Amino acid sequence: MVSLLWTFLIIIGVVYAVFSGNLELVNNSILSSANKALDLILSLLPTIVLWTGIMRIAEDAGLLIKFANFLQPILKKLFPTVPKNNKALGYISSNIAANMLGLGSAATPFGLKAMDELQKINDNKDVASRPMITFLVLNTAGVTILPTTIIAIRLAYKSLNPTEIIAPAVIATTCSCICAVVIDYLIRRSKNE
Amino acid sequence: MNDISFVVIPIFILLVVFYGYFHKINVYDSFLLGAKDGLKIVYNIFPAILAMVFAVNLFLDSNVLNFLLNPLSKILSLPAEILPLAVLRPISGTASMTIMTNIFELYGPDSFAGRLASVLQGCTDTTIYVIALYYSSIKVSKIRYTLFVGLLADLVGIIMAFILTNIFF
Repeated sequence: MVSLLWTFLIIIGVVYAVFSGNLELVNNSILSSANKALDLILSLLPTIVLWTGIMRIAEDAGLLIKFANFLQPILKKLFPTVPKNNKALGYISSNIAANMLGLGSAATPFGLKAMDELQKINDNKDVASRPMITFLVLNTAGVTILPTTIIAIRLAYKSLNPTEIIAPAVIATTCSCICAVVIDYLIRRSKNE
Repeated sequence: MNDISFVVIPIFILLVVFYGYFHKINVYDSFLLGAKDGLKIVYNIFPAILAMVFAVNLFLDSNVLNFLLNPLSKILSLPAEILPLAVLRPISGTASMTIMTNIFELYGPDSFAGRLASVLQGCTDTTIYVIALYYSSIKVSKIRYTLFVGLLADLVGIIMAFILTNIFF
């Protein structure tokens, strides 16, 4: 699927550029994209290294498992095939909590570790397992309580009330999260997994 | 509200370090071990990030999105920038954020378009990007119905954003 999306973006982009005479812009974009990727990874690197360090402390001290225990009743319903006390549940709960607080860059390392742990208990390493799908659905449709970056940008553009968008945004994101969990549950049931 | 986001991270770190110290963990050694893991994660995801940045930028700069979406924007009588924002949001947070700031510049953050763009950006996520990043980091290629459910949830978010922006403002 990822491979398909990637191919699609490139083919459509180049073909349209050829027919619309936009090839020069696309040419420049190709030449600069490797540098943009490097900029992105360099800006992610310190945050990821810092947060995996901090979270290792939480892990070694047993804080992660404690936090997971707190979310256990909900997680048990959502991830019935993951064994209790598996490290993945701790990372999943940390990832969801960080996402809720709008700490996107802090959430990513937790998410990647969660996928790593889920892969260890995956029978078919090539195919997405049930808990992986539920986790990603929960992650991408997750509730955001504090859209901090948006508020900061609104403030920068001299909004009279930068925080006025919080209420509609939270209601909308809650609706989409509930929908995602319900659809995922229904598909799981229909496939009898 | 901004105050809360400044408080969360320091308090969280204080809590973790204090808890680790209290449970007689060698906090510094633990941190270094974890940081080393983080370095490995970055090393492993770089090829995937490069591949995605390359393809997305190529697609954006070809202008094909504006060509496809302008007629639909006219039918829905939306500002021309809103639909590209909605379509790009699942792929790239940076790209959609750029479109949002363009809208703020053109119409102002307190205009209908500005508020709609803010709510849209706030209630959806970079679904395609996250799915691609997470699965490629563990080399899973058959993702089954993940993308379908993720995008369906985003569509619900987009529709709700339209409705709620009309109700609230």
